[in-house]
Amino acid sequence: MLAFILKRLLQSVVVMLTVALIAFALFRYVGDPINNMVGQDTTLEERAELKERLGLNDPFIIQFYRFVRDASVGEFGLSYQHRRPVKELIAERLPATLELALVSAILALAIGIPMGVYTALKRYGFLSRTFMTISLVGVSLPTFLIGILLILFFGVILRWLPTFGRGDVVEIGWWTSGFLTASGLKSLIMPSITLALFQMTLIMRLVRAEMLEVLRADFIKFARARGLPTRAVHFRHALKNTLVPVITITGLQLGSIIAFAIITESVFQWPGMGLLFIQAIGEVDIPVMAAYLVLIAFFFVVINMVVDILYFVVDPRLRVDKALVNGQ
Amino acid sequence: MSNLTLLQINNLEIEFPSRKSVLRAVDNVSLCLEKGDILGIVGESGAGKSTVGNALIGLLEPPGQMTKGEIFLDGNRIDNLSDSEKQKIRGKEIGMIFQDPLTSLNPLQTIENQLVETINLHLELGENDARQRAVELLDQVGIPDPDVRVKQYPHQFSGGMRQRVVVALALCAEPNLIIADEPTTALDVSIQAQILDLMRGLCKQKQVGMVIITHDMGVIADITDRVAVMYRGRLVEHGATEKILGNPDHPYTQSLISAVPRPDIKLIRFPQVTYIEDVAEKNTEFDITEHWLGKPREYEAAPGPLVELKNISMRFTTKPAFLRKNRIFLDAVNNVSLDIHEGEVFGLVGESGSGKSTVARIICGLYTPVSGAINFAGTELTALKKQSDLDPFRKQMQMIFQDPYSSLNPRMRVLDIVAEPILFHQLAETRREVEIIVKDLLEHVGLGAQSAVRYPHEFSGGQRQRISIARALATRPRFLICDEPTSALDVSIQAQILNLLKDLQEELGLTMLFISHDLPVIRQMCDRVGVMKDGFLCEMKETEVLFENPEHEYTQHLLNLMPRLEGLSLEGLDMQPQPNQK
Repeated sequence: MLAFILKRLLQSVVVMLTVALIAFALFRYVGDPINNMVGQDTTLEERAELKERLGLNDPFIIQFYRFVRDASVGEFGLSYQHRRPVKELIAERLPATLELALVSAILALAIGIPMGVYTALKRYGFLSRTFMTISLVGVSLPTFLIGILLILFFGVILRWLPTFGRGDVVEIGWWTSGFLTASGLKSLIMPSITLALFQMTLIMRLVRAEMLEVLRADFIKFARARGLPTRAVHFRHALKNTLVPVITITGLQLGSIIAFAIITESVFQWPGMGLLFIQAIGEVDIPVMAAYLVLIAFFFVVINMVVDILYFVVDPRLRVDKALVNGQ
Repeated sequence: MSNLTLLQINNLEIEFPSRKSVLRAVDNVSLCLEKGDILGIVGESGAGKSTVGNALIGLLEPPGQMTKGEIFLDGNRIDNLSDSEKQKIRGKEIGMIFQDPLTSLNPLQTIENQLVETINLHLELGENDARQRAVELLDQVGIPDPDVRVKQYPHQFSGGMRQRVVVALALCAEPNLIIADEPTTALDVSIQAQILDLMRGLCKQKQVGMVIITHDMGVIADITDRVAVMYRGRLVEHGATEKILGNPDHPYTQSLISAVPRPDIKLIRFPQVTYIEDVAEKNTEFDITEHWLGKPREYEAAPGPLVELKNISMRFTTKPAFLRKNRIFLDAVNNVSLDIHEGEVFGLVGESGSGKSTVARIICGLYTPVSGAINFAGTELTALKKQSDLDPFRKQMQMIFQDPYSSLNPRMRVLDIVAEPILFHQLAETRREVEIIVKDLLEHVGLGAQSAVRYPHEFSGGQRQRISIARALATRPRFLICDEPTSALDVSIQAQILNLLKDLQEELGLTMLFISHDLPVIRQMCDRVGVMKDGFLCEMKETEVLFENPEHEYTQHLLNLMPRLEGLSLEGLDMQPQPNQK
């Protein structure tokens, strides 16, 4: 198991370095960084001097080393647009995105899994068919459309919920939280539902398919033949066996919730990283883009590691079995 | 009804309604079972025997339903109970054992959890006593170190050990009746013997009644007191085991028994078994010696043996590691040498994991051996590196696989399946010619030319195996490798396929490597046999000599475990006048 984790760690480092290389190439070779920093009236000598001072004349490998060294402590330089360290900008925006992603993920799991189980057990029930039909809509409608429809209905027509922003936030150290105020929570409802809807339907359909598969398994039939009550058969024996593929997909989806909150954040003007990124693209703010790229890759890598470790917890077959190996 | 009667089934009728029609899976079946007795229900696939078992325990697969009849357990009617009452009987009064021990246990829970869960449900012993009982149960079913093993997960047990755990689980609330649905079909013969012994012992000792559902006459002969024969949902014969096996009345039972491969005598052919799927009798319209199929092969006769293996070894890495010393290898084949002569049927027999299939795959080039040489008709195949150099030899070797369901591409028509090797090796001039050859081949294996336009799923297992045989014959091979060709088939269909293979072998002068775990089948089919164990070839001899006079310890052990099937009716059998001792 330790060997496995070390191996995955090594792979993660390789992935991160590759992403860092792309981010660095973006930073260094898309446009001229000097041009982006100085005004029009800077002389050529001043430019050359600045270039020398910033180390842009050094060999590629040394520059890349410096980039990685700085990136590993979160240092990505100054934003061209905001004239502030990228680190600060990200730290400001990160809580908004993470809170949104967390709520969406919990919503997706808390509703998606029970719905999947229900539709698998009551396969031909009226409610199951309704869920399945609605879920089809959830999968096929684009996120922004759902967001806009929600805004139109609850924000514009009914005027129940705010249509943009995070509402009032409470500062806890450097973290800003919308969980503690009424307007913060209200603002969270529509964006999180919008973001969760697709994941929810995906999880529901996945759980349903896996559950149907497991319910056909021999050990379920055997559990029934031993007289175990239906509830125990369904939840203790069947559900746990469906979880392995569900964990995989959920892990990947959690990554994409964070990464692709961009659309939802734009629709709701949610002051998160996605919005920052969209603005950065508009303004060709390369340091922000590079930082965003590296950060998202980092989230994906961490989540994948966690998923891999969770496999070991859930499925005993994966734990390398010393007793068995010695016994042979 | 005497007070010894444990189970009484009266006029049971089970129907499966479907959109088009109603399938009557079980029709008017009446049976009874006494305490401490073992009743066998025997029949071929689709006979309804498993449906009877499922009905007894109240777990009919929907849409199946009991439309008539009554079931009494210990004098109480159980078929009309509510679902929750039936659930209380399951496990407590009736235990059930299923076929496949590898899939019968929840892979994510320890053996202890599964046992304790069931014990607590039925006996209310409290956590500690239940744990204690779990260990005792494992001990009873013969699992060594039960207190250690109980904490382990199913994947840490071998197949036979898992089946013991399944037996322990079925017994945990001390039911009066055990239903075992093909309990040993997925197991090796030595483990089968152990499990049957165990079940018989428990039955007699605890006065538990048992219903064994199986298609295996060996199991029936070995363990049951009484036997019921089912055919297409009906009970055709019912009585004491010796009577039914030794002197069957019903023609179906007679034909079924005549199809059982005998361990003790070699038959020339199996008598034509009539009560089975519709297969046209082999078409003899064309004269095989004139036909493309039977035309003399253009190969020169091999100087020595046709196939020769010299010191073949093969190892698989079971646990990869960066350092060589940390890797764990499995030596699947260990220094095996054998030769197969032209026109001979050579048998390889052994239990699962003995390396017999690996040998077949090495010969046809699916695996490259770690060391050793393979000669085919005097050419060393292992020395040929280029794929194109191997092609002419591939054409001469064909393979028939075990599972007729997965060895045919479901999206291809039978015509295209059989034509593929002909087209690949460019054996025919025109597409039209190919089609004629394919149709003749299908005719010859007993399927009829009209089956060419159909898809594999339209055929039964036996018919599919015929398609596989037609495909294997399509390159006019010299050497046919049959890897367990009949172990997925019912006994009467097995008899037909074995007959077909025998006929083809004689007509076409084929050389065959016949791999099986089933000793009686080997005896019927092979001229010489090799016995394999753990990758080693233990003994290699003429079949009759080996069966009469086994020398190696392991061969003797295997032969001892083989169900004797003594007292089986010999009526209508086509016996060899003298044991074939060349």
